[in-house]
Amino acid sequence: MVKRLVVGAHYGFRDWLAQRVTAVVMAFYTVYMLVCIAAMPAWDNAAWRVLMSGGFTKFVTFLFALALFFHAWIGVRDIWMDYVKPISVRLTLHVLTLLALTGYAGWVAQILWRL
Amino acid sequence: MAEATVRKARPKHLNLMQIRLPLPGFVSILHRVSGAGLFLCLPVLIALFGASLGTPEQLECYRATMAFTVLGLPVVKLLLLGLLWAYLHHFCAGIRFLLLDMHIGIELAPARASAVAVLLISLSLTAFLGVLTW
Repeated sequence: MVKRLVVGAHYGFRDWLAQRVTAVVMAFYTVYMLVCIAAMPAWDNAAWRVLMSGGFTKFVTFLFALALFFHAWIGVRDIWMDYVKPISVRLTLHVLTLLALTGYAGWVAQILWRL
Repeated sequence: MAEATVRKARPKHLNLMQIRLPLPGFVSILHRVSGAGLFLCLPVLIALFGASLGTPEQLECYRATMAFTVLGLPVVKLLLLGLLWAYLHHFCAGIRFLLLDMHIGIELAPARASAVAVLLISLSLTAFLGVLTW
């Protein structure tokens, strides 16, 4: 019988690819935002608010946040799988990681769309 | 089949202080450490991001947090400087790994050179952006 672990390494190519696609999305966003911040008329809170209130900026910032949380999920899951051997502890850490990242996504959406 | 059953006891070097990593290995473990640090500090970063775009009271709280010192040390700013390095190292090392995935620079000499480049570029960018935004 095949020994199956509920939190074993049963995700392969798809997550490997997702890790890289989200990395490229974040890299483009990072360069784009650095250019936008460098081009702000003044480096103060008013200009920062104007920049972040733009519809396009909100859209790409939210995409960046989702890419970041997906990327973090795969990376942190790999860390748990490498160092945490007891299945119960590992499953708990996986669930806590997912819950935290899902909550962060809502938090970022709320920050962006109350502007 | 005698040679298959008689196994030599292989040396195990699990003492982290005794393992001497080559430079690419150093970049690799720092990639993991910086990623873990960024993940753990996500709530701090999102809270500061939200406060910088929040109500006047939240903005005041943001400014007070940024100016917070312990024994004269601006600890919040120093933490953010550390996270800036973590982000830049993760960024540079990540691009290096993407290139390695595409079989660019996988020979020993270029792989070593790119590892040095990742360490130097991320440190100098941290210094540059840190001074610019302090």
